[in-house]
Amino acid sequence: MPSLSKDDLEHLYRQLVRTRALEDRLENLVRQGEVTGSLYRSLGQEATAVGCAFALQPQDWLAPASRDLGACLVRGVPPLALLLQYTGRAAAPGRGRDDSLRFTDPERGVLGSVGPLGAALCVLNGIALTFKIRDQSRVCMAFLGDGATRTGAAHEGLSFAAAQRLPLVVVIEHNHWAFGTSSETLAAVQDWTNVAKAYGAPAIGVDGNDAIRVFEAAREAVSRARSGLGITFLVAETYRMKGHAQHDGQEYVSENELRRWKERDPIQLLEQRLLEQRLFGAEELGAFRDEIDAELSAAVSAALAEPLPDPETPGSGVYAAPDPADIPWTRDLVPEHGFIKVKA
Amino acid sequence: MTRETTYLEAIREAMWEEMQADESVFILGEDVAAYGGAFKITDGFLAEFGPERVIDTPISEAAIVGAAIGAAHMGLRPIAEMQFIDFIAPAFDMIVNFAAKVRYRTGEGAGLVIRGPCGGGARAGPFHSQNVESYFANVPGLKLVAPATAYDAKGLLRSAIRDPDPVLFFEHKFLYRRVKEDLPTDEEILVPIGKARIHRPGQDLTIITYGAPLYKAEEAAETIASEDGAEVEVLDLRSLRPLDTEAIVESVKRTSRALVVHEAPRFGGFAGEVTAQLCEEAFEWLDAPIRRVAASETPVPYAAPLEDAHLPQTADILAGARWLLSY
Repeated sequence: MPSLSKDDLEHLYRQLVRTRALEDRLENLVRQGEVTGSLYRSLGQEATAVGCAFALQPQDWLAPASRDLGACLVRGVPPLALLLQYTGRAAAPGRGRDDSLRFTDPERGVLGSVGPLGAALCVLNGIALTFKIRDQSRVCMAFLGDGATRTGAAHEGLSFAAAQRLPLVVVIEHNHWAFGTSSETLAAVQDWTNVAKAYGAPAIGVDGNDAIRVFEAAREAVSRARSGLGITFLVAETYRMKGHAQHDGQEYVSENELRRWKERDPIQLLEQRLLEQRLFGAEELGAFRDEIDAELSAAVSAALAEPLPDPETPGSGVYAAPDPADIPWTRDLVPEHGFIKVKA
Repeated sequence: MTRETTYLEAIREAMWEEMQADESVFILGEDVAAYGGAFKITDGFLAEFGPERVIDTPISEAAIVGAAIGAAHMGLRPIAEMQFIDFIAPAFDMIVNFAAKVRYRTGEGAGLVIRGPCGGGARAGPFHSQNVESYFANVPGLKLVAPATAYDAKGLLRSAIRDPDPVLFFEHKFLYRRVKEDLPTDEEILVPIGKARIHRPGQDLTIITYGAPLYKAEEAAETIASEDGAEVEVLDLRSLRPLDTEAIVESVKRTSRALVVHEAPRFGGFAGEVTAQLCEEAFEWLDAPIRRVAASETPVPYAAPLEDAHLPQTADILAGARWLLSY
């Protein structure tokens, strides 16, 4: 297989930087109260999401887990759309009805998850099944954190996908933490590539902080899926450099461990590689970062200028067609009894 | 032209005809293909429609419903079979958190049918006899249907398959081979979701019910007609969500008395919702309190005398109706 071109490497670098910079912006918006709920950062593990998504074709689909904002950017989801989503604006992909990466973008092949982990994999299976039924050359990619692999839904979904020989790549992001519990505590698994054996599938282990290696491994897995060989696991060894969400100060992680992983920062690793190979100069890389900074500044301003959803919007869109239960509610009539349904 | 058709055959015919008419319709579930379904409802489907449209799955209800949602996103029309409706529990997350909420959250709908045998009376014990409708009735985004007749089973299932939203189709296993009707063969049977049906007209009391208890309610109404000289109206809800509040209110405004009957336990059961709607919309027309007849507060027991005592019987409905008529 051909290696990455100079343009590809620039694109890969830009997406890593964009991911981190956008999450930095989101973190500021949390402090300002514009983003509520939770922000699950991918700091330190951006290369896994970005590198894997990079191996897909436009006709493919992926289901990001909580920390795969970078995968959405690679699929072409504009930062503005993500900012609108996180700030709950009316113009957001989820129209203010859901937060974070839980939106679906059929044009870019992004399937939104739900709160309980593993569920999106089961739904992504249905998309892969449709590709198989229609004999299309299309592939699905599911992201599972090491924590999510422990759910019943994940096991059921993996069993189904394996038995059906679906065109699916399963990315296990071994970032060592599930909320505040280490993956060593929640699983007796030592070598996470062994997980694949239970499903009769091969697994590729990869340094999840090395964007180029991740891409190359994902390309191999995607190629297997596309040629009808069924599911392939890709186990990315990486590290969650932040707490679970903004409220979590990560006091339970040793500073030594963080220092060790910081030396393996995915953006720095790629920068070094690009500089050593003299593909780009430091100034060029700086110019890319400045461009991204300007892009995101504009996107943040544009997002914040958008209105929040109107609570009186008629027709809630719970069903396809207006339904007797699908009409606006108001407090007006008997406030002491709470909500009452008003006939249109 | 008519042909005698059982409730089970009606379900089978609905799927067969929809699959012939629309190649995006497919079935997935446990033992549905090679074995032909635990109740043989899909017997012969594999030979007719092939393995890509009749899919045997692992024993993984969450995976079955999940795959149905994803396929629905891509424009297919999946029918996901729960071998027994009791086994819907492992798929609960997929149904309430994914299927029900996905249109509202993302704008992408999931038109799928989840169908399976519910209900007691088959001496099948706590895990092959349940009625699960009220677990799902509180979830906006779902549609729930529970036919009692072969005609409605066929007509509602066809509507459910064509519906753009997730429909839970509760088919009562006690009725599978006991209910036989002469169904027309020269017209398309299609019953809209969300419409109740007056099964037996009357002016003195309305019994509101759905599923298998319809026949016990009918029996009680006949007894009252011959022994008490009162005419009981029996209203078959057919759909639970959306609920035909209009039909319920219209009937009770005429009869001024309401008895709600179902096979699931009373506490937190669907009768509570019907009762509340009547209190909100027909209070001034009532001549008596609304009463409920439902199962007792235990799991569905196995041994025949225990199950009979647990399930609402004709005598219970009769007692409730007479109490209301004499109020």
